[in-house]
Amino acid sequence: MEVNPGESKTVEQQIEKNIILTKLDDLLNYSRAHSFWPLTFGLACCALEMMAAGGARYDISRFGYEVFRASPRQADLMIVAGTITDKMAPVVKRIYEQMPEPKWVVAMGNCAISGGPFADSYNVVPGADTLLPVDVFIPGCPPRPEALFHGLLTLKEKIIHPKVVNKVE
Amino acid sequence: MSSLSENLFSALKGEYPEKIEIIENSNSVIVLDTVIFADVINKVKEYGFDFLVDITALEEERLSCVYHFLSLADHEMIGIKARLDDKLEIPSLSREWLSANVQEREVFDMFGIKFTGHPDLKRILCSENFIGHPLRKNYIVTSRR
Repeated sequence: MEVNPGESKTVEQQIEKNIILTKLDDLLNYSRAHSFWPLTFGLACCALEMMAAGGARYDISRFGYEVFRASPRQADLMIVAGTITDKMAPVVKRIYEQMPEPKWVVAMGNCAISGGPFADSYNVVPGADTLLPVDVFIPGCPPRPEALFHGLLTLKEKIIHPKVVNKVE
Repeated sequence: MSSLSENLFSALKGEYPEKIEIIENSNSVIVLDTVIFADVINKVKEYGFDFLVDITALEEERLSCVYHFLSLADHEMIGIKARLDDKLEIPSLSREWLSANVQEREVFDMFGIKFTGHPDLKRILCSENFIGHPLRKNYIVTSRR
């Protein structure tokens, strides 16, 4: 059907409602933010809360984040769930480097934020941000699954609206 | 106190009347010097203690290495406390008891006790470039924040 937008008001209205003009980057970010592929990877007790988040009661797949990948090559989100020890730190860093771009890091729990109760220990790294670029910090010891969801949704906002995040900083 | 450890204790008392001290109660402990350690360990196995539960160390005035053995048939447990001298060396048990391998590495890592004859004595919990032995009393934790 041949349509001349200038002729018909209704057609013009329909076009405004149904066509969205955007940048390809924004479209991709929008898609990424709605389906993270987290890495199957846990360091301590926070990982249990992460597993609970994946289970039926909390059900992380309601948000589209349930595709936990067993290989860093297929994942784009690293949830650092637990205490990073000096022995583990190089391994965590290597796993992060194995993930393809674009990639994000969520520090889950007090240990991943600052070393938590072990901050003054002889063998615990004081926070994941000492070795990785962390996007979202989720406090708690351990954080409940709801807190993890909130953190992931915050990360979603951050990816969709990168400029807003920059302003806050 | 039952038969297994009684037999063992009477045999040890007969053989080493002076070098050994036995504290008998519900958790009996044999306190000894490293000189006779290897012989006593062989005896322990001979008398029916067939499971090495754990190895750890203890710092009082000097360091001692502590072993716990269990008899799986009789559920009897004994402890062996070997007093170390300044060299901090004790024969490794990793040939006779395979489970001693990693436990000795842990004790080495935490206390710096050298197990002579261990096939691969290196740190297990701390990273390779760690300096010091964290469970020793003279170890000072530096704040990292």
